[in-house]
Amino acid sequence: MRTPFTAVLAAGWLGFALLPWYMLEDGLLAFSWLGAYPDRDTAPALVQGLAHGRWWLLPPVAALLVPLIAARRPRGDRLAGTMMAAAGLFGLAWLLAQGFVIGARGWTQPWLTEAFGRIQARQFGMGWGALLTAAACLYVFTTGLARRGTMRGDAFVTGAIGTVIASILLFVFYPVSKVLLAAAVDEAGGFSTAELAARLTTGNIWGLACLGGRAQCGVLWNSLALAVTTGVLTTLLGLAFALLAERTGFGRRGKGVLKALTVLPVITPPFVIGLGIILIFGRNGTVTLLMEQAFGIPPSRWVYGFTGLVIVQVLAFTPIAYLVLVGVVQGMSPTLEEAAQMLRASRWRSFRTVTWPLMRPGLANAFLIGFVESLADFGNPLVLGGNFEVLSTQIFYAVVGGQTDPGRASALAIVLLCLTLGAFVVQRRWLGSRSYTTLSGKGDAGLPTPLPRRVRWLVYGSTVPWMAFTVALYALVLFGGFVRTFGIDNTLTLEHYATAFGIVWDAEGLQWTGRAWPSFFTTIELSAIAAPLTAAIGLLTAYLLNRQRFAGQGAFEFVTMLSFAIPGTVIGVSYILAFNVPPIELTGTGLILVICFVFRNMPVSIRAGIAAMTQIDKSLDECSLTLRHGSFATVRRVILPLLRPAVVASLVYSFVRAITSVSAVIFLVSAQYNLATAYIVGRVEVSDFGVAIAYSSALIVFMTAGVALIQLLVGERRLGRRNGAAPLAQRSVAA
Amino acid sequence: MSFAGRSASVEFRSVSRQYGRVVAVNDVSFTIRSGTLATLLGPSGCGKTTTLRMIAGLEVPSAGRILIGGEDVTTLPPMQRDVSMVFQSYALFPHMTVLENVAYGLAGSGETRPQQEERARQGLALVGLSGFERRMPSELSGGQQQRVAVARALVLEPRVLLFDEPLSNLDAKLRRRMREEIRDLQQGLGLTSVYVTHDQEEALAVSDTIIVMDQACIAQIGTPWELYRRPASAFVADFIGGANLLPCEVTQIADGVATVQVGPVRVQVEASENAMPGTAKLVVRPGAVAFMTGVEALSGLSALPAEIRKATYLGSHWEYTLATDLGEVFVTQSSEAGYPPGTSVLLALERRGLALVSV
Ligand SMILES: Nc1ncnc2c1ncn2[C@@H]1O[C@H](COP(=O)(O)OP(=O)(O)OP(=O)(O)O)[C@@H](O)[C@H]1O
Ligand SMILES: [Mg+2]
Repeated sequence: MRTPFTAVLAAGWLGFALLPWYMLEDGLLAFSWLGAYPDRDTAPALVQGLAHGRWWLLPPVAALLVPLIAARRPRGDRLAGTMMAAAGLFGLAWLLAQGFVIGARGWTQPWLTEAFGRIQARQFGMGWGALLTAAACLYVFTTGLARRGTMRGDAFVTGAIGTVIASILLFVFYPVSKVLLAAAVDEAGGFSTAELAARLTTGNIWGLACLGGRAQCGVLWNSLALAVTTGVLTTLLGLAFALLAERTGFGRRGKGVLKALTVLPVITPPFVIGLGIILIFGRNGTVTLLMEQAFGIPPSRWVYGFTGLVIVQVLAFTPIAYLVLVGVVQGMSPTLEEAAQMLRASRWRSFRTVTWPLMRPGLANAFLIGFVESLADFGNPLVLGGNFEVLSTQIFYAVVGGQTDPGRASALAIVLLCLTLGAFVVQRRWLGSRSYTTLSGKGDAGLPTPLPRRVRWLVYGSTVPWMAFTVALYALVLFGGFVRTFGIDNTLTLEHYATAFGIVWDAEGLQWTGRAWPSFFTTIELSAIAAPLTAAIGLLTAYLLNRQRFAGQGAFEFVTMLSFAIPGTVIGVSYILAFNVPPIELTGTGLILVICFVFRNMPVSIRAGIAAMTQIDKSLDECSLTLRHGSFATVRRVILPLLRPAVVASLVYSFVRAITSVSAVIFLVSAQYNLATAYIVGRVEVSDFGVAIAYSSALIVFMTAGVALIQLLVGERRLGRRNGAAPLAQRSVAA
Repeated sequence: MSFAGRSASVEFRSVSRQYGRVVAVNDVSFTIRSGTLATLLGPSGCGKTTTLRMIAGLEVPSAGRILIGGEDVTTLPPMQRDVSMVFQSYALFPHMTVLENVAYGLAGSGETRPQQEERARQGLALVGLSGFERRMPSELSGGQQQRVAVARALVLEPRVLLFDEPLSNLDAKLRRRMREEIRDLQQGLGLTSVYVTHDQEEALAVSDTIIVMDQACIAQIGTPWELYRRPASAFVADFIGGANLLPCEVTQIADGVATVQVGPVRVQVEASENAMPGTAKLVVRPGAVAFMTGVEALSGLSALPAEIRKATYLGSHWEYTLATDLGEVFVTQSSEAGYPPGTSVLLALERRGLALVSV
């Protein structure tokens, strides 16, 4: 038997026979559990089963015993493989089943109590022992399949497929299905389709009262109206920027500006633009005060609501639309237009018959992306929504608000999920593959035709003010951190930075007195853990999708990409619902945040990995396989070295996204594990803008440095022959 | 380096491979003896590469068993098969030097780093590339890259060495030289080799055994001589050496010699074991047809009347397309003087260039 598997099996035995089965109060590494070991709380499964009457923990041992027998069979023996696969599957299924069936108060399902009567058994969240045993069962199963010849008998590949599928099922599918179920749970805790129907059709969501008079419309219509407006505006503006970059003199000279414009939103926490808008148009905003002084217009709260949100979201999402459309504009060969004109078609006809059909998929794609981003946006509506309620914030308030109502949160989450998934499916099925090719499409040789005069002025007229606005906004945000109370008392001060990031050097040594330090350190720690994990599992998935062929691959790819279309708020709610109760209790830990980061940002790593891997000749890995290297060694020695740009892209992206994300993590942070963004949102909610702004600026600077560091560490490939590195932000769109 | 005792036989037992509804390899059985070079030959898409990849373990058969050295390896992954392969694209690792490429497969061999490098150096010397150790693959010519690929496969002392159209990226001259080098290496080291090509001349030049494939099935297995002289089917006859197929009537078989009536002509042909009297096809090799002048024809030899349709001069020989009552016939003649189109000639069929195949 090969060594990796021996190690896995050993780990399985360790988990089963030595480590505490259940989750420990202080964690495994605190070692406080050693004192009581092995009592009912700290004993491993073996002791639990034999001494503490928890016999139901014993059967998975079959999965750990069978491989010992199978190891004696000759290699290439199918029967041994079949036995291992069966034992592993049984162990895993049993382990999960007992976990879900016996909870903290005995049977978890009423019908089980009815069938078997009450039992004394009760158990809590699974711990390290259970995790190791479950992992060992999984790998016994996949190794068994490999011995039967599945995936060319490659245990690494079957194991990798098993790992990815199991983790996606556990951390995407299971929580989301919990949300769907929670919407149907009534007050008493039973299932009720009537309750589900009532929740899904409530006037709060669907009401059309606003058409008649002054009352609020259903939150769904608010979200939809905002998403459609944002989608249309970002698409138009993105197109204007794309034309500016590709078809005007500015594009050739101002490449740097445009590039900065596309990178900025990636490293900007989502509500920062909202903050900037408040600084400009809020009650104490620069423009508001100017207007009051100049024209006597009284300050109002107009910016809090639909209008403000549209401005913010258009600011935030136009760069993405630009990235999609710049590919489309590049891909449109000017010769085609010229050809049409040579054939005596009028300008309008050539636009209608040639240009427009070429651009339509790109435009639709840009619109859908803006639409989904707007729906999923959480930070801006939270900061700037005012009385204008949208789905994502309503979900939040239903969970953490005055009266918590998981059922309502779930119902809202379902509605939101249906909208984003619908758009996602439309995008993938209808124009997915086409839009990807235009994204990477290169323009034909030759100079693009200049734009007609009127169009050119339209382009300049819309983009230049917008760029100026963006620059002013970021400048104000930076500046806002250095004044006492923005708008009211513009005295320069370092007070906010001192509050947030104060350091004192006294008798007891270095003191991190700033209030932001704890969340700052947690953020860095967790994103530094999450980034390599995300890149690893994302690139592994990319490897499976790009290099292996197996049954159900199409569905597999779809599901991995799906998690990208699930709005952060929905993920947040689902994690709370799924991981707050046995068998998996993770809420309040740092682990749940890391997991959340990994599975939310994985699709980008997958895309980056696939894009880079398609450029590496497949015969290189096959050759390595015939040269006595297993798949794992092949990945390590051949694929990874050639994949460096994609590794950098994934690391950078997952690191940055982990730092800037708000929507999902705001549900999952705890006193012990607070994150920068959650802390900032808290400051904003109490109108402590100075600190919020200072902290955001510091984050932006920090991330820029972090990105540079990663690039330095991972370095360049030794051979620059194949260049798979596309701009980072472009990757995020492709996903 | 010594490879004695490492080479192993390869056996296919009713192996099939399907991709969805496409059958790439259909119920194929053969045995390749240890230490010999077998060629998989056939037209494009007939399943040669798929067969080779199944030996390497890069594809798993949908049905059937594969044995190497008597051991069933059907479910074993490539790295446990002790087989190495030279790829059509060479597949040199672009981020490693020539030496690192050649030493790559030795990583898990248990030898020390210097020992591995020493072996890699020996391998490079074997293919005449000493002194190129520090170069990157992109700094080598096509032929040199090819040799590195061969050296990399050789140093593993594999039980079976596989080649997938190893010469197709080289120009005609280099191809000739490389194929001789490969053959010399293979014979010198006594390696079991399986060689894929769709070039029949290459196959005839290097093989101990040729496995001719057609549409996922084996058309015939044999030595180059057997395939040329005793083709089992019209397809094999035509694919190897080219052939005119004339309808004929076997009138009598005696002592392994068949008497055949083809048009007005009666000829004697070596008959295969399963030949039977009745209608058949006569294989006439283009180089084994003589033109006769009227005088020779009168001398009593039976001959086939024909008229020249097309004559092409190719330096070393002439090519003629002729019309006969039995259909078009393609003939090559090494004589310097040619005949213009329109000339009527009589064709004498030489026994050395004739074979019988069933209809
Ligand atoms: N991965 C695959 N999926 C589907 N069909 C395949 C696959 N690989 C090969 N085939 C089909 O199997 C048949 C045999 O392919 P194979 O590559 O073995 O041909 P070949 O004899 O090597 O041809 P060539 O001389 O052109 O290289 C072909 O019809 C091919 O289209
Ligand atoms: Mg081939």
